[in-house]
Amino acid sequence: MQHIRNFCIIAHIDHGKSTLADRLLQATKTISDRDMEDQVLDDMDLEKERGITIKSHAIQMNYEHNGKKYVFNLIDTPGHVDFSYEVSRSIASCEGALLIVDAAQGIQAQTISNLYLALGNDLEIIPVLNKIDLPSAEPEVVKDQIVDLLGCKREEIISASGKTGLGVESILEAICERIPPPKGDPAAPLQALIFDSVFNSFRGIIAYYKVINGEIHKGEKVKFFNTGHEYNADEVGILRLSLEPRDVVSTGDVGYIISGIKDAREVKVGDTITSSARPCEKGIQGFEDVKPMVFAGIYPVDTDDFEELRYSMEKLQLNDASLTWEPEASAALGFGFRCGFLGMLHMEIVQERLEREFNMTVITTVPNVSYIAHTTKGEVIHMNNPSDMPIATMLDFIEEPYIKANIITKTEFVGAVIKLCMDKRGTIVNQSYLTTDRVELVFELPLGEIVFDFYDKLKSISKGYASFDYTPIDYRQSDLVKLDILINSEQVDALSALIHRSRAHEFGKKICEKLKELIPRQQFQIAIQAAIGAKIVARENISAIRKDVTAKCYGGDISRKRKLLEKQKEGKKRMRQIGSVEVPQSAFMAVLKLD
Amino acid sequence: MPGIYIHIPFCKQACHYCDFHFSTSQKMVVPMLRAMQKEITGRLQESANEETATVYFGGGTPSLVPPDELARMLGLLRENYRVQEDAEITLEANPDDLNDVYLRRLKEIGINRLSIGIQSFREQDLALMNRVHTAGEALDCVKRAQAAGFGNITIDLIYGIPGLENADWKKNLETAFGLQVPHISSYCLTVEPRTALAHFVQTGKVKPVDEQLASQQFRILMQRMNENGFAHYEISNFAKPGFLSRHNSSYWSGEKYIGIGPSAHSFDGKKRRWNLANNAQYAAKIQSGETYWEEETLTPAQRYNEYVMISLRTSRGCDLQQIEKNFGAEKRDYLLGEAAPYLLSGDLLREENILRLSEQGKLLADRIASDLFIV
Repeated sequence: MQHIRNFCIIAHIDHGKSTLADRLLQATKTISDRDMEDQVLDDMDLEKERGITIKSHAIQMNYEHNGKKYVFNLIDTPGHVDFSYEVSRSIASCEGALLIVDAAQGIQAQTISNLYLALGNDLEIIPVLNKIDLPSAEPEVVKDQIVDLLGCKREEIISASGKTGLGVESILEAICERIPPPKGDPAAPLQALIFDSVFNSFRGIIAYYKVINGEIHKGEKVKFFNTGHEYNADEVGILRLSLEPRDVVSTGDVGYIISGIKDAREVKVGDTITSSARPCEKGIQGFEDVKPMVFAGIYPVDTDDFEELRYSMEKLQLNDASLTWEPEASAALGFGFRCGFLGMLHMEIVQERLEREFNMTVITTVPNVSYIAHTTKGEVIHMNNPSDMPIATMLDFIEEPYIKANIITKTEFVGAVIKLCMDKRGTIVNQSYLTTDRVELVFELPLGEIVFDFYDKLKSISKGYASFDYTPIDYRQSDLVKLDILINSEQVDALSALIHRSRAHEFGKKICEKLKELIPRQQFQIAIQAAIGAKIVARENISAIRKDVTAKCYGGDISRKRKLLEKQKEGKKRMRQIGSVEVPQSAFMAVLKLD
Repeated sequence: MPGIYIHIPFCKQACHYCDFHFSTSQKMVVPMLRAMQKEITGRLQESANEETATVYFGGGTPSLVPPDELARMLGLLRENYRVQEDAEITLEANPDDLNDVYLRRLKEIGINRLSIGIQSFREQDLALMNRVHTAGEALDCVKRAQAAGFGNITIDLIYGIPGLENADWKKNLETAFGLQVPHISSYCLTVEPRTALAHFVQTGKVKPVDEQLASQQFRILMQRMNENGFAHYEISNFAKPGFLSRHNSSYWSGEKYIGIGPSAHSFDGKKRRWNLANNAQYAAKIQSGETYWEEETLTPAQRYNEYVMISLRTSRGCDLQQIEKNFGAEKRDYLLGEAAPYLLSGDLLREENILRLSEQGKLLADRIASDLFIV
């Protein structure tokens, strides 16, 4: 145990975490140069394309230093705010962390919040200044930032380059020398912290854990403390490039367990594995049931594909326990599912995985957060869908979730960032200078305001020089109204949104204008209206089409025209009928792309 | 009985609305005609020794070609393609090319039908569309052609032109009727992408086609044609009895045709093929013996779609028995199912086994056809 080193890497997207991780694997001969595939740790296609790690993974390395043999467990962490709970459990499994900072870009908000998490867990931080070979690198400036932030000594910062391999040996040595070995009592009852799980179609759920106390044996009966389920530890082992079975995984080490679990929901990140024969008294602190933050309806494009979509969602959930869903019906879209996601990125990932892995094209409705409605009778209703809103006479008040947002940007963009957050009904609670030209701003914002286009806007107003991270804080009473959209007087349930009264007018106007662009003209006039209750707040008309006929249709025109009209019919097949109006699926996502 | 289409890919200048294939440089006319003659002899087996009922010189501007060259081309066709004695032989012509000498020569070499691109009798319309000729030339050339012995003449007229009011359009039509031609093709001005006109509309230099005026003018067109004894036998084509375009009708009844020249299309009943739409590449590939066309074999669904699309545009209509015979009873029922809303709205009319577009339905021919498609 004295020679085990458990560590993770804290870095902002694109700061070179994966490349540097690959270098560590190479230098420790965990992987041969020949087998080296770029960014080994990210093995989902989607992750590679987006250049981010969606799910965390772990890998063990061996390293000899000063004649002693060390075992390293690198626990990889997801790099997006949607997955912050998983990050927190990964961090809780480590004794140390490499803080990787891009020498050209400096410290970003994401890095800071994860760093605080690591410091809160008493992790030993090894600062690494990466990409110092870049022409735009400003090593001295960024070193100042790191010293300011950590209170470390300048010479403790390791200069490195994932690209050239510079500094890799120094990092490996620092891991041995600076990171403490895990603490824990090998004789105590088993306590293993689950920090991740993956689904394998042949073997079921594989859970990754760190043994905090005691040891886990192959074949023994184990209990998952928080769910209460008991399993047989069919196989335990350590994580090399592939799974390596062992008879026992001991205190301080990181390993996996396969126990015939089929459903990812049974394996909760943060849960404690203990022995059924000699259970621990308490679970490891910090367990939380992760709750979805963002909700949206997912519907099959072709209404006949509902059952197939259900099957796909079930399959998807096997390896994505954080995805929740329940069937719902919409007058406009037919049968589908109301899904809960950890955040907007998670929503996009689910949508893309449905398309790539299950070949399902889906319509995703306007996302919303979870609101709490209080009725005049004192009932409390959790609303994951605007249609859950009680009628006006029954409604006492509504509460909406708030977050604390940390934004780090350059001084020149402070004004624009503050304006954006104010526009989004935010209040500024803190502003501090990290260096002379970098400012950390802290806001309290309604979560509902950031689910649409906040991040894109933030990036554009700051020319990309703003990073953003958030944590939920509480629910607050708000003057929210339900804005309905009517197409030729038919209410389109899938387009309803809950929105602050002060913004309802403008929002309604914009959405009507957008729908006017997206809905093709038909043989009759179409009225698009936005309404709060019975009050119309905005209206647009789509004029009737009077003439739709090709003038010339001779030899060469025939196949060209046929192809055009075939495409038109295909598009129409995917449209939804609202009353007698054909509405293309793009219209249901219109609100996401206003202005 | 295949028709033969000969595409002459040259024009004096580009009309602003035109997206057909042509070049305004005439240096290459003769070498191009040689390449096309090589294509004519090279495709002999496709005619399967059937007689040829129609020959159509289209373009571009076929009236740019010297009569001797046209004669040479026709001679080659007659030698090889069993052109019928009474075959319909049409030449598209611009008014300014039709002088007396030229007309006499056309008559001599066997051209028996002229399609004259008049487009409008108003100078401002012709200027806006960048036509070569004047309104006066348009009137005169028809009279000259008639004097030269051409009875079978069709003229093109365009409506929906920005600035053309309904009264102007009616006047244009009266002028046309006064010419006593037996056939008129009339098109709504279409702003095709990548044309000068599209650019002018985009930049605001020309007002877009007013849809309401265009549809009113189409109705005026149908009404006035009817009153003057013309049959509306295809969306854009009107003829006195006995003067339907035999060549164009073959496109609309699914018959075979062979298209010669760059960008020309051919159809053998199942396969559509189209030649390269680039003069230089076409000529080079013909000379080097390389493939100069692309082709596509139609699936049954595509053949169904084409039949529905084309037949609805004609006065013969879409024949349910034909659908059943060629595509099966299931497709016939499908068609009727998809047609139901339009039968209800009166855009489609059913008479026994024939579906036809009503007058109001003709304004929406494209979307109706599309809705009846199989995809």
